[in-house]
Amino acid sequence: MCKASETLLNLDIVVPNQTRYLRLIGNIAEQIARDLDVNTGDHDALAYHLNLVVTEAVTNAIQYACPGEEKNKVRIFLSIENANLCVRVYDYGQGFDIEAVRAPDDDELSERGRGIFFIRSLMDHVEYRKTECGNVLEMTKRIT
Amino acid sequence: MKLMTEQRDGKTVLMVKEGRLDAHNSGELKDRILKLFEEGGRDLVVDLGDVQFIDSSGLGALLSGHKNAIHRSVGFALVGLQPRVKAMFELTRLQRVFEIYPGLREALDV
Repeated sequence: MCKASETLLNLDIVVPNQTRYLRLIGNIAEQIARDLDVNTGDHDALAYHLNLVVTEAVTNAIQYACPGEEKNKVRIFLSIENANLCVRVYDYGQGFDIEAVRAPDDDELSERGRGIFFIRSLMDHVEYRKTECGNVLEMTKRIT
Repeated sequence: MKLMTEQRDGKTVLMVKEGRLDAHNSGELKDRILKLFEEGGRDLVVDLGDVQFIDSSGLGALLSGHKNAIHRSVGFALVGLQPRVKAMFELTRLQRVFEIYPGLREALDV
């Protein structure tokens, strides 16, 4: 059980910005969720959702990375602190305006745009900002 | 990506033999569906029974197939959606868009 002011986990992962690593990163996130000692909610759903949002965030980071950029890597930082599960995905590309990403329109049937929708729908807090270490998509979820 | 096709009752069945549909392999699925239509496939049934995980790009590949089918006035159906995969269709309300059947038999009987 997570307790206040307790850091349960800090995990820092760096992978090449290639989609072949999505499965690995997603499965790591899913396994972390499965190992959580939480009493509420659907554990399997939480695990799937974490796999999904990390997959979507890393896909975005790969998509927005600069081709030929020296730092052609994606960094994923997962932490559990104060009963909050936090995922930060860093990219070194030009970034994007998350506020400009609209929810998919039911009538348009666009093939794109549902990744951020999933992240916003399944996590409690989402923000995308520029930092000294690159752009970061930060997602948090209360897990108790 | 493991994709298998077979003809059943006058329809083309595309079996996705992968546990995961994401940005690494969804482009290949999208291309295969398009190719099947270009080769004259008139009624395509996509069997997702092995797929345990789907992301937005996987949904996008299937939406591409759906829109292509409408454009060509041919059939396009999905079968075998696992519970978590089905939940993603419901979250995005795409279950209202696609023709979805529980299993292959139901899709072939239409």
